[in-house]
Amino acid sequence: MTSPADIAAAAPQRLGKGRQRQARISGAVLLGLAALVALVFAQDVAGEATFRLSRPTDPLALPDLVVPALPFSYAAAAVLAFLGVRQFLRGGVRWTSLSLGFGLFLAVAAFLVWATAGKSFSLTGMLQATVVRAVPIALGGLAGVLSERVAVVNIAIEGMLLAGAFTGALIGSLMGGLGGLAAAVAIGGLFGFILAALVVTYRVDQIIAGVVINLFVLGVTSYVSSQVYQEYRFLNNAPVFRPVKIPFLGDLPVVGPVLFNQNVFVYGAIVMVAVATYYLFYTRMGLRARSVGEHPRAADTLGINVYRTRYVNVTIAGMVAGFGGAWFTLGSVGRFDEGMTGGRGYIGLAAMIFGRWHPVGALMAALVFGFADAMQQKLALLNTPIPSEFLAMSPYIATIIVVAGLIGRSRPPAADGQPYAKE
Amino acid sequence: MNIELRGITKRFGSLVANRDVNMDIRAGQVLGLLGENGAGKSTLMNVLCGLYRPNEGQILIDGKPVAFDGPGDAIAAGIGMVHQHFMLIPVFTVAENVVLGVEPTGPLDHLDLKKAREQVREINDTYGLEVDPDALIETLPVGIQQRVEIIKVLFRSAEVVIFDEPTAVLTPQEVEDFFKIVRGLRDDGKAIVFITHKLNEIIEIADRISVLRGGEIVGGGDPSEMTEAELAEMMVGRPVSFAVDKTPARPGEPLLEVRDLVVLRDNDDIAVNHVSMTIHRGEVVGIAGVQGNGQTPLVEALTGLRQVAGGEVRFKGEDITHAGARKRHQLGFAHIPEDRQRTGLVPAFSIAENMVLDCYYDDRFSRGPNMLWKVVNETAARNAAEFDVRAPSVFEAVRKLSGGNQQKVIVARELSRDTEMLIAAQPTRGLDVGSIEYIHGRIMHARDEGDGVLIVSSELDEILALSDRILVMFEGRIVAEFDGATAEKSKVGLAMAGAVA
Repeated sequence: MTSPADIAAAAPQRLGKGRQRQARISGAVLLGLAALVALVFAQDVAGEATFRLSRPTDPLALPDLVVPALPFSYAAAAVLAFLGVRQFLRGGVRWTSLSLGFGLFLAVAAFLVWATAGKSFSLTGMLQATVVRAVPIALGGLAGVLSERVAVVNIAIEGMLLAGAFTGALIGSLMGGLGGLAAAVAIGGLFGFILAALVVTYRVDQIIAGVVINLFVLGVTSYVSSQVYQEYRFLNNAPVFRPVKIPFLGDLPVVGPVLFNQNVFVYGAIVMVAVATYYLFYTRMGLRARSVGEHPRAADTLGINVYRTRYVNVTIAGMVAGFGGAWFTLGSVGRFDEGMTGGRGYIGLAAMIFGRWHPVGALMAALVFGFADAMQQKLALLNTPIPSEFLAMSPYIATIIVVAGLIGRSRPPAADGQPYAKE
Repeated sequence: MNIELRGITKRFGSLVANRDVNMDIRAGQVLGLLGENGAGKSTLMNVLCGLYRPNEGQILIDGKPVAFDGPGDAIAAGIGMVHQHFMLIPVFTVAENVVLGVEPTGPLDHLDLKKAREQVREINDTYGLEVDPDALIETLPVGIQQRVEIIKVLFRSAEVVIFDEPTAVLTPQEVEDFFKIVRGLRDDGKAIVFITHKLNEIIEIADRISVLRGGEIVGGGDPSEMTEAELAEMMVGRPVSFAVDKTPARPGEPLLEVRDLVVLRDNDDIAVNHVSMTIHRGEVVGIAGVQGNGQTPLVEALTGLRQVAGGEVRFKGEDITHAGARKRHQLGFAHIPEDRQRTGLVPAFSIAENMVLDCYYDDRFSRGPNMLWKVVNETAARNAAEFDVRAPSVFEAVRKLSGGNQQKVIVARELSRDTEMLIAAQPTRGLDVGSIEYIHGRIMHARDEGDGVLIVSSELDEILALSDRILVMFEGRIVAEFDGATAEKSKVGLAMAGAVA
């Protein structure tokens, strides 16, 4: 028999059980990483890893960061093991996600040191590439946030990116970069409006409507690029937006080239994330938009026009995605290739979920994905024994873990994906 | 502010929801609008608050005709509605919910939450509502959420406040507090419309009563001159008996024995905390308690829908602690679940399909992979007739039936076979008087045939009327037991609030 006192004592433990499981899972992950670092990265590694932080020509040059590879690996493994064991001993501690974040950072650092041991590698260059590669993902994620906050699931982001890339290249070739950019934004907005019309007014299933748009855009752009552009190459030869250095800030070491010597797309993405955050969480219209995503009927009874709110937000989301699409052509190569977005729209959706439906979260998640992307590229140059494709996979594995709810809670807007019918 | 409805008619296709309704709503008075579910009360009020447009008729405010183009217009005219299902956004704070739609703003459309909080506090103080403006709605109990709805309406300077079935989700204590608030509003000069199908409440709170039946006003008057029986007859259209026909119980041998049962919620909290009880043949055991005190997980555990974390359940001496739902069903369990649309029925399926959900695999209804639809339909038609399900045919989708008829479909499915143990959760929630009477009769019939019956209800009156024995559940434990024949409502109510050691 259990006495009432025992029951009372058991209750708080029960309460913490979910969190305990979380703590244990992250503890296991940390220990796994420790083993990985100690058994793989610390083996047959010699010499020092040299990370270049600035170019000799920079006005404020920093010395290279030189890390002795073997001691660093062992130190990292020890810290990881300590963090992991701590999770088990003091399960349910508040620092679970912080430990896990720091642990992952250490593991990545140990990996980089191992990969660069005996060689030299430009860290700043990789960070710069990270930001550049994060841009379309962040803008895709932001578009997802804007439309899912009003409860429209936007699978069509991939198509909107592709349409933006295509239109940017075409109009950019004819009318110059700015014209191309404006046209890309407009075409994104148009597809946003079409999606809104399909799902809000005609209540087509949101996933199906999105897939229809994706397939339509893929078909049309592929046809034109393979048939028309072969003949008329001048239609696919757009100018590219060059990086613009911000005075003074751009001269700072590391931060300067990474954040303040970029092209209009990077600045645009940062500004849009800031504006979207202000809009969604600090304005009247944002409050209304979120209410439509959480409980449309309640919003309706308060005189908020649910349909108009959804149209407006999804159209704006399309414009953001169109801008992000222009990055592929006007922001990098100036030329459109078939299917060149390569699933970045879907990755943007993953970033949205990883970032918990918050613009800043989506940007951060996009940076993680961008980092993996950049690292994979740069490591191909360093000749590591691990195929770079495995690295490219790692952020998605992290996403799956997050989405599965193992670590941390991620909650979509309550009405997400549901059409609203007035009675 | 006075409102007059003149000749309001509202049709949905061929269905007439309101026919030629005339009604006066006056300042400083509580108008009780009484009617069964489906009588057209909610439609009428949705017309008044601008969600629907009437096909015929006029709304006059202080003598002047008005036309509402949407809820916004009605709000602007000073009409506020507290809906039966609260229109609150769970992840917003109280202040955010209150100001939504009429937000105080600064430059750049900036939301002035500071001002919003102050305004909420002001209303709080004026009417003694005591709600924290910074609390998240999802963390608040239902009674407080209702106050938030009231603040919302007052914030929009409503002169007319419509309450749609406001007490359905409240405990007896909360109802008392709520009535105080309503009287405060009335004395402040607001016009109140109180929609309900509960007779005792309307007599207590209303200054005038209108009764709606089949979309038409069939009577009304001064509550001090009317009895519950008269009102009930007006509402249902025939004399209604309130007392459940109940003969003294003749409990037989123990049927279901529960020992030290522990059940966890999805988030691993303890929901049912070492509960022990025995249900005998031929008795009705009622579990009283405010919603959310573990009744739902208890029922789920007993019907095999939720895993048991500890303890033991025996049925006729056999250990069924971990038996699945189908096994229990075959042992003779009948289960009337608390949410008929979510757990009890497949709304898009026909009546006949819903009737065989529990036994489609039976030899009677299927042969190998083939369903014997002819047998299914014939049986369903027979059961529908026997259990008074009113529908054009058994091919009608269940979603199109009224709540009462949906519940009767469930009762027909569960009780049309030879049962031994009936577990009914909120068996009459949201039903009209006629259906309640019928379902109560069926439950007593099952008892008199020698079934053990377990009733879970948040309606204390229902528990008192049906039970031979009453157990009160509070925070997952059984905290009190009463004899059904002698239990006093006030004492059970106190136990529900956890006021016993």
